[in-house]
Amino acid sequence: MAAERGTAAEALVGQVVLPGDLLLLPAHYDEDAEGERLRLSAGTAPQGRLLCGPGLRRSGAGLLVTKCGLLRHRPAGGGAYWVDSQQKRYVPVKGDHVIGIVTAKAGDVFRLDVGGSEPASLSYLAFEGATKRNRPNVQVGDLIYGQFVVANKDMEPEMVCIDSSGKSNGMGIIGQDGFLFKVSLGLIRKLLAPKCEIIQELSQLYPFELVLGMNGRIWVKAKTVQQTLIIVNILEACEYMTPQQRKQALAKLSGN
Amino acid sequence: MAGEVKTKLSKNLLRMKFMQRGLDSQTKKQLEEEEKKIISEEHWYLDVPDLKEKESCIIEERSFLQCEDLVYGRMSFKGFNPEIEKLMIKINSKCKEEEIEEDDKMEADVSDEEMARRYETLVGTIGRKFLRKRDQRVLKDDDEDDEVEEGNSNTRPSKRAKKMFLKPQD
Repeated sequence: MAAERGTAAEALVGQVVLPGDLLLLPAHYDEDAEGERLRLSAGTAPQGRLLCGPGLRRSGAGLLVTKCGLLRHRPAGGGAYWVDSQQKRYVPVKGDHVIGIVTAKAGDVFRLDVGGSEPASLSYLAFEGATKRNRPNVQVGDLIYGQFVVANKDMEPEMVCIDSSGKSNGMGIIGQDGFLFKVSLGLIRKLLAPKCEIIQELSQLYPFELVLGMNGRIWVKAKTVQQTLIIVNILEACEYMTPQQRKQALAKLSGN
Repeated sequence: MAGEVKTKLSKNLLRMKFMQRGLDSQTKKQLEEEEKKIISEEHWYLDVPDLKEKESCIIEERSFLQCEDLVYGRMSFKGFNPEIEKLMIKINSKCKEEEIEEDDKMEADVSDEEMARRYETLVGTIGRKFLRKRDQRVLKDDDEDDEVEEGNSNTRPSKRAKKMFLKPQD
């Protein structure tokens, strides 16, 4: 079997890559068997380690692509490469903030549906200010915003609603009313980018509250049902609208 | 009868912390070394030549949070939910603070030398507060000793502590 020759990673940044492509990294990332660490190369050797993000896997001489999408690169902090791919199915990842729906109460633990292959578990002590006597008021069907503490392919995912210092920091039970709907994961990441235009334009329309879960779920609440539904429709449609179309639609609405 | 049999204390008892407070540092060190020897002799090890660990410079990561700079997922606009708006401000200012910290260092109001000088005298005065009265007096005498020796030679070593009535000179 002839080994495939790879291409330099820097050349493909911003381009479409397919699974099976091999990306070669600059010389100073290679593992040296003889013990030489820093080779004097033309470019400056970045400090720190290279981060190999989702869609990429480490393989011998470089990085192997496992998902199709656009290759992205971040030069800061040691550098990071990842593949920006589109998918609708969520796979639990440690550290992600997600919206879960309570499906069952089993003793001391709640079972949440997060859109993955297994229901996640959430202990009743994982809320801010919860003790054995002071239990949180969670019913079946409630929405919960929390983060994953354990999430791998071998174990059932576990969630908590507090951070490492014991503060809730906005996590916990999401209040009454509002509207929950599902979008693709790529749109969520676009909306969570700093200075997202869609969010900025929407915030000029009406007062409303928004919770974005990395599992593709969005919860919206505004003053009236009509306003809520307008925001929902815009968020669902804005994935495939150009900025001009979006501005037109919003102008029509604010004119109303 | 009483002095004949001395109860022998077990080794474990002697190894407890409260029995070792009275020992001096040398015997303590000896005991520690003996303990370490016992442990290291029982310690199992592989009789295999050392493989050099290849330290790789690539970390694999499945989360997008580490790669991209994502905002917190809970937001509120135009005052719909005041608590969440407060939280948004706090989180955003935390991000900005990290950026600013890298840039400039705050100028100190008091210079380092002055700080050291003040601290020197401060330690003495506060430390004296916690001494018992006798120690305080001794400390004060020592201070006076140093001062007086340079000055006049009028010395009344034992009775200086007592303040005698000073007769006014005519």
